[in-house]
Amino acid sequence: MALDRWIALVILMICMAYGYAAFFTIDAGLPPFMQRNAIWPSTFPKVLTVLAIISSVIIVLGKSKGSEELKDGDIDYTRLTDYKLGQALSLLAMMAIYALMLRPVGFVISTVAFLSISAVILGERKYVYLLPITVLATGIVWYLVQVVLGIYLRPLPYFLGTGG
Amino acid sequence: MLEGIMIGLSTAFTLTNLMMVIGGCLIGTFIGMLPGLGPMSIISIMIPVAITIGDPSAALILLAGVYYGAIFGGSTSSILINAPGVASTVATSFDGYPLARAGKAGKALTVAAISSFCGGSIGAILLMIFAPALATVALLFHSSEYFALMVVGLSAIAAFAGTGQVAKAMLMTVLGLIMATVGEGALFNLPRFTMGIMDLQSGFGFITLAMAMFALPEALYLVLDPSRSNTEGGGGEIKDLRITKEEAKEIAPVIGRQSVQGFLIGVLPGAGATIASFLGYAVERNIASKEDQEKFGKGSVKGLAAPEAANNAACTGSFVPLLTLGIPGSGTTAILLGALIALNVNPGPRLMIDQPEIFWAVIISMYIGNLVLLVLNLPLIPYIAKVLAVPRNYLIPFILFFTMMGAYIGQNNATELLLLVGLGICATVLRFADYPLAPLLIGFILGSMLEDNFARSMQLYDGIGFIMERPMTLGLLGIAVILIILPSYRARRARMRARGIADGD
Repeated sequence: MALDRWIALVILMICMAYGYAAFFTIDAGLPPFMQRNAIWPSTFPKVLTVLAIISSVIIVLGKSKGSEELKDGDIDYTRLTDYKLGQALSLLAMMAIYALMLRPVGFVISTVAFLSISAVILGERKYVYLLPITVLATGIVWYLVQVVLGIYLRPLPYFLGTGG
Repeated sequence: MLEGIMIGLSTAFTLTNLMMVIGGCLIGTFIGMLPGLGPMSIISIMIPVAITIGDPSAALILLAGVYYGAIFGGSTSSILINAPGVASTVATSFDGYPLARAGKAGKALTVAAISSFCGGSIGAILLMIFAPALATVALLFHSSEYFALMVVGLSAIAAFAGTGQVAKAMLMTVLGLIMATVGEGALFNLPRFTMGIMDLQSGFGFITLAMAMFALPEALYLVLDPSRSNTEGGGGEIKDLRITKEEAKEIAPVIGRQSVQGFLIGVLPGAGATIASFLGYAVERNIASKEDQEKFGKGSVKGLAAPEAANNAACTGSFVPLLTLGIPGSGTTAILLGALIALNVNPGPRLMIDQPEIFWAVIISMYIGNLVLLVLNLPLIPYIAKVLAVPRNYLIPFILFFTMMGAYIGQNNATELLLLVGLGICATVLRFADYPLAPLLIGFILGSMLEDNFARSMQLYDGIGFIMERPMTLGLLGIAVILIILPSYRARRARMRARGIADGD
């Protein structure tokens, strides 16, 4: 079974769980006065569940496109290891780490680290240029966001104060 | 209308707003040229900036400027390095890149800029005529018609998705609508489908979703396949931006035809700039003389002018349903709609009456934007093109960083970044399997409005009876059903016929 049908199957499962919530659990706590209404919080989700199940079943049971019909510039997922998969996964991990570190470590350190390590993952080896460029870019973005836009971004780690 | 134009002129011609147009166009061109960042990603990144500005007219003018700039930037990279950043500029590379390879990059850029300018300007004139007329009709609509109209819009998006894609596009639209029901709705004040997670109480952030659907998969594609960010030749010299009188004469009728055709296609929800540009190219090739036809694909100025005029006119056309009905027809206008709602502007037929300065200022800014692109950006292109020489090792981390910043600044919440990564991975997998992602975002943005109008109609008519009691609603819903069924029926018939012929052999 091709990937698109697997995905449709997964979506079908999600929609069934969603539909279960819509049909059986969501209205449980509905106050009596709202039960007289023509529309309940579950009405629209119920309609969506039906539509989603119909369209995912059509895809699951339908004919899927083979990888030979690949459009120009598309990525062939059956040969994913031929691409730079390791780099992509490492960068995704870096993004997740950045998300977790942004608050405790502060904007400046986490951003400089994210930009430099990501560039190194991609194969950059000229550290003499890399560090100044990332520090400068981080500084500029921090200034633009904090000072020009007025959106608070804690620059320093939590134990060094708010830095605002 | 004259009064409206005057209001628009007085709003658009303030120093701040002029700066917004110029700045927006420049930023858009700069970023639009980079592989991996299309107009949707750029606009999403700029939304927090626009919201901070506070003034809705200025913010919308800035975003519209960024939009035109990004499209212009996309055309430039199509011509110079055969790397169209967006689908709507793919047709531009058919003749633009051969021209650039023949050493006529300057000429190609000028033809593209003039065609874009004319397409955009003619589109803006048509918008001035069409939008008020449509808004007058739309004032007669009730919530049930709005509901039906949104259903038509969403069905059209699925219907135009292409052969074999209708079910996928429909599933994506419904998935977008489902995601929109997560969180606390305005109508019921009851958290739904939050699975007890506090951060989902307010629902998914639309900027996060936009970034996850477009910017992140594109960046991951760049990482996976290094040849996509191949920018060789980008730093080359661009000389001689002039075109001859004969060439101008040759492209004038093409631009005229394609501007009108492109605009009309752009007005249709779901069709958009990509279809307009391909169709424009195909039509012009078919009606060209035999010797001109030979030149198509090898560096014909007509072949370059047609998609450029058409896609710009279509972009302008896509503003018609957005500004008059509040219904976006494309991913980009859906993001603009999200920005409008965030700025407390309610797009729809009342916009022209309640906030005419916003409505007209946007239209006037379209002219100014097009003028800025022609007069200011075109001569600067040789310098702006240097941005193409940025090495991939720096480009990708920065794209990822800006994607995260866009999501973070909008919500000021680090959990949003984890959500972005998770949704981005899902979107990339969906893209591997050829699922269209724009319908998901459009469904998501229209979701709450669709439910509100549905609920209001249900309450007014005490049940589903509104469909029968209002003929216009019934008619519109009928159109929606036809839009969904017709392409599948035709594809099925074509398949049957093909099978029949094969059997006969």
